[in-house]
Amino acid sequence: MNRIGYTEMHRGGAETPGEVRQTNLPIHSVNLRLILRVSPSHLFKLLLLPLALLWAGGQVHAQQPVNAVTDNEVNEVARDIYCPVCENVPLDVCPTQACADWRSIVRQQLAEGQTKEEIIDYFAVRYGEQIRSAPPRYGVFRFFWLIPILGVGLAAIFFGRYFWQLQKRPSTSKQPDVTAVAKEDYLAQVEKELGKK
Amino acid sequence: MSEITHQEKVIAGQRSTIRWDAILIWGAVFALLAILGWGLLQTFNSPPTDVAPGFEMQFYDGYHWDDSAVAHLDDMQGQIVVLNFWASWCVECRLEADLLEQAWQDYRDRGVVFVGIAYVDTEQHANQYLEEFNITYPNAPDLRTAISRQYKITGVPETFFIDRDGRIVRHIIGPVQPALLTSLLDSMLAN
Repeated sequence: MNRIGYTEMHRGGAETPGEVRQTNLPIHSVNLRLILRVSPSHLFKLLLLPLALLWAGGQVHAQQPVNAVTDNEVNEVARDIYCPVCENVPLDVCPTQACADWRSIVRQQLAEGQTKEEIIDYFAVRYGEQIRSAPPRYGVFRFFWLIPILGVGLAAIFFGRYFWQLQKRPSTSKQPDVTAVAKEDYLAQVEKELGKK
Repeated sequence: MSEITHQEKVIAGQRSTIRWDAILIWGAVFALLAILGWGLLQTFNSPPTDVAPGFEMQFYDGYHWDDSAVAHLDDMQGQIVVLNFWASWCVECRLEADLLEQAWQDYRDRGVVFVGIAYVDTEQHANQYLEEFNITYPNAPDLRTAISRQYKITGVPETFFIDRDGRIVRHIIGPVQPALLTSLLDSMLAN
């Protein structure tokens, strides 16, 4: 039982302008009253509305079949493919005819139910591995994924060792001044030489 | 004196550590530069001018060489080969398509083979192109772009003229002109 709905509908209505009226009538009886009050032309328009909606709905279905592939789905795959003709431009933003042809193949294969990896593999087999935005995660290509991990590991070892040595090194305040020691020796030697004379 | 000796050892130890680190860093820098240099060398490497690199072709449906759907460039040795790179999306290629087909018809009985390689093309569009221009000489896709990379083409159309010994005589970038095509083939046949 929604009684608030009636209140909302009559806000600023013709019966009592500016007045918000609250009733205890159930909503279906309220709607019946409303229908009786509308003019025949308005009623006709109201009856036409569902038909118009049905027609419009039919139009939308005609343009977008149930299994249609959207542009977003095509671009999701296309952004990971690079056309060899247009260097460093991914397929989703590439303006050439060759790229347009490739995008239509992507759309077709998505409609056939192929996965993103299968589609990229299809292009790699025909046009070479350079079409991939990233190396695949199988076979020898796995090595390329290991390179950054190895790099980070080596850098961690290198810096770890460096900081460990820094910590291990005695502080400069405690270190005796080597030059001062050498100078003292030198002076002692001079004194010794002078003493001889 | 013993203290000095100890300090010298400490300093010498530090120096050797720094030197080892420097070697490592410079080694990494040189390795990176070597990789970059190799990449640049590959990019700016000029097309082959002497021996034509060999390659295998898997012809489009309806095309063949010596009754075979697969052929190698070596199979054509002893004949003059006109190797043409094209693509259906290439506008300039359309300018020379009729000329190449006509030349193939004129020279095929004189020991000249025309071979078309479709560069970065879809099978459907390539076949439509071949049908549109009624091209009858053997045509194959550039699978994995292996052939175009071997010949280091910079675009399409590009045409290589290979003599009977498998050596590249001429490389033409852009559409082939009729007068040049006939004069080249005639001189190669005369030799």
